[in-house]
Amino acid sequence: MDSNVLCKCREDSEEQKKYDEIRNIIDLYRGKEGCLIQVLHAAQKIYGYLPLELQRFIADALNIPFSEVSGVVSFYSFFSVKPRGEHTIRVCLGTACYVRGGKKLVEHIQKTLDVELGGTTSDGKFTFEVARCIGACGLAPAIMIDDVVYKQMTPTKLDSLLAKFYERGGEK
Amino acid sequence: MLNLTINGKAVTAPEGSTILEAAKYNHIKIPTLCHLDNIHSIGSCRICVVEVEGARTLQAACITKAVDGMVIETNSERVQKARKVLYELLMSDHNDDCLNCKRNTTCELQELGKMLGVEQSRFEGEQSSSPLDVSVSITRDLSKCVLCRRCITVCNEIQGVGILNAQNRGFETVIGPGMDLPLGSVNCSFCGQCTVVCPVGALKETSSVEKVWAAINDKSKRVVVQVAPAIRVAIGEEFGLPAGTRVTGKLASALSYLGFDDIFDTNWAADLTIIEEGTEFLNRVKNALTGRKSVLPMITSCSPGWIKFIEHTFPDQVAHLSTCKSPHMMMGAVVKSYYAAKLGIRPEDMFVVSIMPCTAKKSEIVRSEMKNNGVPNVDAVLTCRELADMIKEAGIDFVNLPDREFDVPLGMSSGAADIFGITGGVMEAALRTVYELVTGRELPFDKLHVTPIVGLERIKEATIKIENPLEQYSYLDGLEVKVAVTSGLKGARILMEQIARGESPYHFIEVMGCPGGCITGGGQPRSADPEVREKRLKNLYDEDESKTIRKSHENPYIISFYKEFLGEPNSHLAHELLHTHYVKRGKYNEHTTETFVLDVPKPEKRSIRTVKAAEPQEMPETVKVRSREELESVTILNLEAENKRLKRELEDTLETVDILKRVIADYVQQGK
Ligand code: SF4
Ligand code: SF4
Ligand code: SF4
Ligand code: FES
Ligand code: FES
Repeated sequence: MDSNVLCKCREDSEEQKKYDEIRNIIDLYRGKEGCLIQVLHAAQKIYGYLPLELQRFIADALNIPFSEVSGVVSFYSFFSVKPRGEHTIRVCLGTACYVRGGKKLVEHIQKTLDVELGGTTSDGKFTFEVARCIGACGLAPAIMIDDVVYKQMTPTKLDSLLAKFYERGGEK
Repeated sequence: MLNLTINGKAVTAPEGSTILEAAKYNHIKIPTLCHLDNIHSIGSCRICVVEVEGARTLQAACITKAVDGMVIETNSERVQKARKVLYELLMSDHNDDCLNCKRNTTCELQELGKMLGVEQSRFEGEQSSSPLDVSVSITRDLSKCVLCRRCITVCNEIQGVGILNAQNRGFETVIGPGMDLPLGSVNCSFCGQCTVVCPVGALKETSSVEKVWAAINDKSKRVVVQVAPAIRVAIGEEFGLPAGTRVTGKLASALSYLGFDDIFDTNWAADLTIIEEGTEFLNRVKNALTGRKSVLPMITSCSPGWIKFIEHTFPDQVAHLSTCKSPHMMMGAVVKSYYAAKLGIRPEDMFVVSIMPCTAKKSEIVRSEMKNNGVPNVDAVLTCRELADMIKEAGIDFVNLPDREFDVPLGMSSGAADIFGITGGVMEAALRTVYELVTGRELPFDKLHVTPIVGLERIKEATIKIENPLEQYSYLDGLEVKVAVTSGLKGARILMEQIARGESPYHFIEVMGCPGGCITGGGQPRSADPEVREKRLKNLYDEDESKTIRKSHENPYIISFYKEFLGEPNSHLAHELLHTHYVKRGKYNEHTTETFVLDVPKPEKRSIRTVKAAEPQEMPETVKVRSREELESVTILNLEAENKRLKRELEDTLETVDILKRVIADYVQQGK
């Protein structure tokens, strides 16, 4: 069936533009082996995240079941179905980090930022996730904010680090 | 032939066999769980592991090909221990409240436990969060799911609907619709094929047994029961009879012992359907030939799973559907009008129960179109399996029951009605009547069987030429009526796409939602006999041939019913009671607000605790070793750890490797 049935909800032209862009990508990839992951990557880049409606749009355009798209989206931690914060905090819970206090960091973040695992702070500043090993086991526990790894974290260090993000309005 | 050594004996097996097949060929049983012959083999549960000489790790017999000269141990100590551990790990994440489980005693997991000699799991692992998802037709209880993925194969590969797939990963993996939506809110057809293959109590029909007992025990209700054709060649299997055994008489007896007031036969309504649908078809053809508005091909509408599928998938094509209600709905409407009046009872005081091979019929009866004057046509649907449960519950010795007839007037039927339960049967029944009506001659086939549309192939077709029709049908002279028959939703999709493209060459199409038709419907007994479909099919054709009256229009109780009550076929009253209309739903229910959810599950929040449980390194702590010797047995612990790792690795690798490769390729491409 044509995916146009879903278009009626996108009167917003900004939104429509994003969808058009995604459609172009899909047209590019369609029929190629393993195109779903690539399309999802691109779509997340364009749209920011992968809400239900967008997943259905992609499912229809690629002519595969929605449950399959959703299955892939939920399988990989780098896909998100909720709007993402400006920054992503990932606390490592690999063995080394877990043993050396990763869990405490998780609890600390949940408390101070008032955010659920996988959720985004209400001010849209941070999305909070956990990672398996991020390759800094020697200096565990480690966390990542966006692309930067911070090692030997403690709750106190974390507080001042987060404070900096708020002060600087989010440095890059 | 391959030469192998299995358990020290030299044996042979056909080329290309898996180890499992080779063993079976030599009458050696290897336990399995996820594997389903000829349908599903992904090697995920590892219960079938065997030792192969020269291989470092144990091999899954169901997916490993046997190679000439292979030396295989199917039951060595190493193998036995590995299986036990795997089984215990399965059970550690299983809600093993067997006494409260519908599958108690028919459960493949229980049976496996018995075979492996495991009584209780030593792993008290944390159980993954598992909401109960109850739709009108099907209940998903994920606390019982063993992640065998048979349902995924059936829903995607065989039915081609694609509702069920693995969601999330690792410890959080659940099998279900996208975004964890409830089954009743998505485009599931409710065909129930997934409930037939589920080895455990994770997928099953939503029970109506309590409701029916309550009605039987309510003295103020007249409880009328009707049985679909396919039940009579299947229910015996639930009582140990061979696949396909005809038990029509015992079935009617059992129903009367259960306390139903009237024992009617959906077959009677199948005959009625033929008259209504045949007349509708002739009208459509006439209109088309005389240049009036008409939608062809006309498609049968007896299969509610098929109906829901077309409403979701091809909402713009529903005008192709015959407007006839399905036979059991017609029966309900007739019982609560004609028969109620005969008895002088208010329709509200009647309770109609349909015994169906089908899970989709459970949702059909709650549709708002299936009411007359605000009273539902049918009050409860029981699957064949549920009826068997009730008979067992009531302590009735089914196998030794005497035969009984169905009650009159709504229990008498022609042979044409029996074959409504098989793919091709509705079409054949319709042709027997329509051809004779139009030409005055009997349908020109041996024993009245339209051979090109008999059988279990996905799509069948036939052409019937009308020559020398009766005078009032002279406009049909020379017409080659093209018909097609399909069963299973994958075939239905093919024929519908043809229609949507405007390329369908057919006048009349029969669609049944389940592969093979109602004989293997989603509510039928789960059978271990690989030839179950062939056997039920043959016996239903036998039932047809055993009748003196083989054509619907010759059923005397149909003739008198028109005379007494309806007047003409397709009359105003007939339309009111026996015909319906369809809902354009759309793939994502975008055109309707109607859903079939009974109980919306609250998805549990992901918590840090489950993350912890997912850590492989935590494993040794969660192992509760019961006896000292075991604690000392380093080998066992090693083996257990290895198996746990293997299982986890496999789960992840299977899904990841292929996909990850593509991601990497993507990044490389972007990088250059
Ligand atoms: S699925 Fe089988 S093992 Fe599990 S509770 Fe039900 S009967 Fe018992
Ligand atoms: S009932 Fe049929 S369509 Fe629905 S999930 Fe099961 S197999 Fe798929
Ligand atoms: S729901 Fe049943 S068939 Fe599907 S994966 Fe779970 S256990 Fe297997
Ligand atoms: S375990 Fe955290 S970086 Fe390796
Ligand atoms: S039966 Fe072979 S892996 Fe499950």
